[in-house]
Amino acid sequence: MSIELDSHRTLTAARGRAAQRGLTTRQAVADRAFRVALLGATLLFVALVAGLFIELVHGSWESIVTFGAGFLWSSEWNPVTNHFGALPFIYGTLVSSAIAIVIAGVVGISAAVFLAEFAHPVVARPVSFFIELLAAVPSVVFGLWGLFVLAPILGHTVEPFIQRYLGFLPFFSGPIYGVGLFTAGLLLALMIVPTVSAIARDLIQAVPNELREASIALGATRWETATRIVLPSARSGIVGACVLALGRALGETIAATMVIGNRPAISASLFAPGYTLSSVIANEFTEATSSIYLSALLELGLILFVVSVVVNGCARILMWSMLRSQGRRS
Amino acid sequence: MQMTVVGATNDAPVEDEADVALRARSISAWYGTKLAIRDVSLDFRRHSISAIMGPSGCGKTTFLRCLNRIHESALGARTTGEVMLDGTNIYDPDVNPVVTRRRIGMVFQRPNPFPTMTIFENVVSGPRYTGLSGNPRELRDIAEEALRGAALFDEVKDKLDDPALSLSGGQQQRLCIARALAVQPEVLLMDEPTSALDPLSTLKIEELMEQLATAYTVVIVTHNLQQAARVSHYAAFMLGDADRVGSVIEYAPTQQIFTHPTDRRTEDYITGRFG
Amino acid sequence: MIAGARLAASRRVSGLVGVILTGFCSALAAGLLILILGYVVVQGWGAINPAFLTQLPHPVGVSGGGVANGIVGTLIIVALAMLMAVPVGVLTGLYLAIYGRGLTAECVRFLAEVLSGVPSIAIGLFAYTILVQPFRHFSGLSAAFAFAILMLPLMIRTSEEAIRGVPTAIREGALALGLPDYGGVIHVVLPAARPLIVTGLLLAIARVTGETAPLLFTAFGSEFWELNPGNPMATLAMQIFKYAISPYDDWHRQAWGGALLLILAVLVLNVGARWALRGRAKRS
Repeated sequence: MSIELDSHRTLTAARGRAAQRGLTTRQAVADRAFRVALLGATLLFVALVAGLFIELVHGSWESIVTFGAGFLWSSEWNPVTNHFGALPFIYGTLVSSAIAIVIAGVVGISAAVFLAEFAHPVVARPVSFFIELLAAVPSVVFGLWGLFVLAPILGHTVEPFIQRYLGFLPFFSGPIYGVGLFTAGLLLALMIVPTVSAIARDLIQAVPNELREASIALGATRWETATRIVLPSARSGIVGACVLALGRALGETIAATMVIGNRPAISASLFAPGYTLSSVIANEFTEATSSIYLSALLELGLILFVVSVVVNGCARILMWSMLRSQGRRS
Repeated sequence: MQMTVVGATNDAPVEDEADVALRARSISAWYGTKLAIRDVSLDFRRHSISAIMGPSGCGKTTFLRCLNRIHESALGARTTGEVMLDGTNIYDPDVNPVVTRRRIGMVFQRPNPFPTMTIFENVVSGPRYTGLSGNPRELRDIAEEALRGAALFDEVKDKLDDPALSLSGGQQQRLCIARALAVQPEVLLMDEPTSALDPLSTLKIEELMEQLATAYTVVIVTHNLQQAARVSHYAAFMLGDADRVGSVIEYAPTQQIFTHPTDRRTEDYITGRFG
Repeated sequence: MIAGARLAASRRVSGLVGVILTGFCSALAAGLLILILGYVVVQGWGAINPAFLTQLPHPVGVSGGGVANGIVGTLIIVALAMLMAVPVGVLTGLYLAIYGRGLTAECVRFLAEVLSGVPSIAIGLFAYTILVQPFRHFSGLSAAFAFAILMLPLMIRTSEEAIRGVPTAIREGALALGLPDYGGVIHVVLPAARPLIVTGLLLAIARVTGETAPLLFTAFGSEFWELNPGNPMATLAMQIFKYAISPYDDWHRQAWGGALLLILAVLVLNVGARWALRGRAKRS
């Protein structure tokens, strides 16, 4: 006891010194530097995003001035005559992404429902883990696999089979190459399934349990509960997840480049080769010789940028609105 | 009504001006737009233990957090009023809250040792990172003194480099007291320091408080009436009104407030007629 | 009565079919990973040998050779990208965690979300226009810049979440000792948030390591040993791309070998990130 009191006296003696202390100059400087660093980094980040947009506009200005809005619906792409139009690439991007999101939406949401509502954790955990790892596979590996495995299978087996029975439809007519819009769409679908299923699973799990219990109490089966009660209440968020995944498909470059066939043509058949905005940039950018050619390619990049910002903005707003309304409810 | 309450608290039980270590004047505090405490004025006597008690939600913790300007660190939180420490208002625009907090230490409801640090690093984190001392030998001395002051030294002297989280809850709380002492404060604020602890650890800390009062001005918030009666020299009773805005009902020497409360509401609370 | 029982049976059957179908979709998605992984391992295993890992690429027509310069180039570019992205990302995350209530912070957060969805090729174009075009030559540095921008959204978000995840009691403990804001953050909050920040960093590295598109007109590629990031550099991902679309069998083989290396690196980073997170969850 007395030792402890002694130590108090020592501390008391030192206290006079402590009371005089203010912030040292060094601390004041460091404190200010810290605030400046935080704000500076944040402003730098904002400046980078702004710079990204400004540079793309700046780089494509020549093309914007030369071709005007007609750039968007002209289908001529001719580096020799320096006439450039983006329509074949917009078409190829939209068609391949549409195929991707339809397939990935169905598969991804189904998987999410199963994993969130029906699967035992012993099953759900490793399956979710594998699906999430699938998202980590580099797109060049997807492309490689698509080119050497998926495209031959589709070209030799699947597409002829579809054509035999549905060939009267313009989408499934014409020569089969293996590579093409359908192959690219399917490969993109595989790449974005993890995005859809992981987010949709989280959103389904976020649906309050009272809803499920109320539905079960009314005599609904678990399947009916999942499809008629749980899914609808997570609807806007799941749509958001799909839009987000769509955004990824629209911008995906390397894998699409490797399996889409790279032909700037618009054809009704899904089995025909096509071209996407990103893959034409990837293929031709380093070969662009004239400044108008370069500028036209940069304008394709600008289109991609604007589309991705709009699509992602919509997706975020959809998901936020769902989580917010859920927050209000519970 | 409000005036009489403030008047009552102004007759604070401290007679001699020089004995006042900390003087709160008309403290009001908000969380966003919600007023939490209104117009609280209390004097705290040097080298004594003052307890602030009251039912939960009465604003006693908020008030305590105004005394070292930590209330305002939460987003949207705001304080008005004055707190005089040695003749200086700590809410004066010229006064740096960071420096003020070195003079007014705080111990929290739950032990909050820094999770990534060892026992030793926790104790010396104040002096080390406030720039008081960087000398390893001096830090070792400070750590020993502070740990002795918190009655923990003998239990941990052989494992100072173990993780702080390896200690028991009661030990962690005394470690936090040692950490506060190492900065050499004048006032020690304790926010329900035993509410998360078992009875034995509580007893140890209550004993410790008595020793601390010989050298520090201690202000403790508690909802445990027995604890207030056991350890404190002065006690204030706070209560929330219908809008859950807290204010002081009565402030007096502990003996008096427990035997002859002047306010009916205090009596109701002490005799257990209150929720 | 009987009609009711029949209805119940048909409802049960449709439920069962639904569960089976959705279960099949889950298996399909998860099985795909195993399928791709298995294919890459089978095809790539044969290509991996000491020469593949230590030699430069051979010219067209000369069989053999390796991707050593691509491996080294990838490492250098990713390391440079990390050096740029970590300070900006962590400091911005700190800003959002500390001052994150106002409209400005909401805007910054929204920008980060939107940037995470911008195609990597558009970001490559940006790097080209500000770091390649003015200097008139491709460089590893411009690729690192593009990678850094790709890493930023993830770095910012995980840093903010990690810092917010540090209990208020710990933060206030530092404040109560009279530590200045920066002291509390550097000595107490950041160390406590570190495991989560490292997790985010590993995931961000994994994301850019497999990126190819922005490299095409930034790092460009090289057949030589190139350790100076001011010059065009080879990367593994680009070598895979180039070999895959070539008409030579030997190069196809090497593409699979490169893919195996790349996929292993990315998977190890991902699993490592999750593992770091689990250790943390267990402790708290």
